[in-house]
Amino acid sequence: MKIMVAVKRVVDYAVKIRVKPDKTGVETQNVKMSMNPFCEIALEEALRIRESGLASEVVAVSVGPAQCVDTLRTGLAMGADRGIHVEFKDGLNPLSVAKVLRALVEAEKPGLLILGKQAIDDDCNQTGQMLAGLLKWPQGTFASKVTLDKEKRVATVDREVDGGIETVLLDLPAVITTDLRLNQPRYATLPNIMKAKSKVIKKYTPEDLNVEIKSDLEVLQVTEPPKRKAGVVVSSVNELIDKLKNEARVI
Amino acid sequence: MVFNRTLGLLARQLQLAKSHSSQFSPIQRALSTSGARFNRLLVVADHNNETITPITFNAIAAAHKVGGTIDVLIITNSPDKLVPQIEGAEHVNKILVANHKLFDQLLAERLAPVIVNLHNKQAFTHITAGANSFGSNVLPRVAAKLNVQPMTGIIGINSPDTFVRPIYGGQAIQTYKSKDAVKIFTSRATAFQRVNVESGKKAPVEEVEVPNAEVEKAAALTQLVGQELSKSERPDLTSASVVVSGGRGLKSKENFDLVYKLAEKLNAAVGASRAAVDAGYVPNDMQVGQTGKMVAPDLYVAVGISGAIQHLSGMKDSKTIVAINKDPEAPIFQVADLGLEADLFKAVPELTEKISK
Repeated sequence: MKIMVAVKRVVDYAVKIRVKPDKTGVETQNVKMSMNPFCEIALEEALRIRESGLASEVVAVSVGPAQCVDTLRTGLAMGADRGIHVEFKDGLNPLSVAKVLRALVEAEKPGLLILGKQAIDDDCNQTGQMLAGLLKWPQGTFASKVTLDKEKRVATVDREVDGGIETVLLDLPAVITTDLRLNQPRYATLPNIMKAKSKVIKKYTPEDLNVEIKSDLEVLQVTEPPKRKAGVVVSSVNELIDKLKNEARVI
Repeated sequence: MVFNRTLGLLARQLQLAKSHSSQFSPIQRALSTSGARFNRLLVVADHNNETITPITFNAIAAAHKVGGTIDVLIITNSPDKLVPQIEGAEHVNKILVANHKLFDQLLAERLAPVIVNLHNKQAFTHITAGANSFGSNVLPRVAAKLNVQPMTGIIGINSPDTFVRPIYGGQAIQTYKSKDAVKIFTSRATAFQRVNVESGKKAPVEEVEVPNAEVEKAAALTQLVGQELSKSERPDLTSASVVVSGGRGLKSKENFDLVYKLAEKLNAAVGASRAAVDAGYVPNDMQVGQTGKMVAPDLYVAVGISGAIQHLSGMKDSKTIVAINKDPEAPIFQVADLGLEADLFKAVPELTEKISK
């Protein structure tokens, strides 16, 4: 079985982002970019499944501008077998990404798709669900545990839901999206980074895949969130209680 | 039985169609009868076949902000339990019930076809639900089937096609316009005050068709096989007016008792940072933050939480934020209204003891 993993290049999670003065978006020039943390977890899970003998190949896919190749190289250095880069200059919304991925699924015929539950830049939490909808495949979203049964061709997925954990049984092929607690992603070692340079990254454009990119959302503006007014530091528990009672009036 | 009701519904729709000019689609009819601003909204109710989840009432409030008629869809195997909990809710035009025994399991694969099918018949202008694990799981699947780009976690509605939402974990706020014929969005509970559930009126109930073949096919592909829900005597985290959260500074699961005791005194819900969840002090459904729950209580007390960007994005809309931390450099102090720089192991028991007086 082949596993396909979608990875996204985003502003590093530790960066304090800056909104552009002209309100057209967020500054991404000269800002540290990394693989989306949830995508790292997705890739790690795919690698573990391959290492346990339940999958033969892990293909990493990224959709976006030329620099996405760097993200794919990171994925190859972690252990993915090969990469696919679908180049598109601008940012894409999840519907378009899901359509591109569907076209790749038709070409590559993977038995399992693993994605992160959300990208930490747009915070959409949509692509995996949309892809499953387009493919009419089962979806195991917000996964904190995945167990495959190769004979029965099913996946058992523990999902992190509002009230706790829910376990679902999915017929393969299926789409799984990863929550933070699924695993601890590995670091790429130097020898593996060197090896990754010789691994293949195949290039496509959306046109090659016959995917029409829809842009049905027009960004009108991006602004800074409202600032909170400066707080005060109190010196004792008594003063804290006094202020909560008499100034904030919350207790 | 269901068949008869469906026939009845069809007959009513036919009558309706006759009373209007039948060459128009439902949207055009709506436009022609009530002017260009007429919207038909569908709110998909979240529930567990026992109780309607409160976020549904926030979602109705968000729908009301758009303006237009609001129909609430309940997909369930036990409508008799659920309908009475919602029929009195303010602003609700109609309750639509999709009833089938396979809705004993509320899985996206089974629910999505019902919503798609209903929309194809009734042409809503907006389909919405609360932005919780239910809404986030189901609505994008529906949107893909309708070839629509949905919008997650809306916090503001400027007009029927212009929406506001946080991006980058709340570090920026985006306003955008949707050009889709049907706008599909989830709304954050903390941004819309729940509607009154005892308005004195009762919304009429209508049974809607279940696309049986599709639902059965979906049920064969995905099954719910287990559930492990955490029990808590404390109020629900996302709707509590006071939240006390603990972080890595608590150092152990046992020490987290300090947080529970303070919460008890304040009748507060208990939350946690990612560090506390990862360390095993508390279960994951208590995590507050970008990838956990979003809260905006009147009072948020952060105990031993440094205040990483990802945590702040889940709580910085709280009215009053209190931070108790021994590290004066902790970023949590930058958003706290009241900061107490102290050892939590001394300050929290003292606070708990003195607070009742």
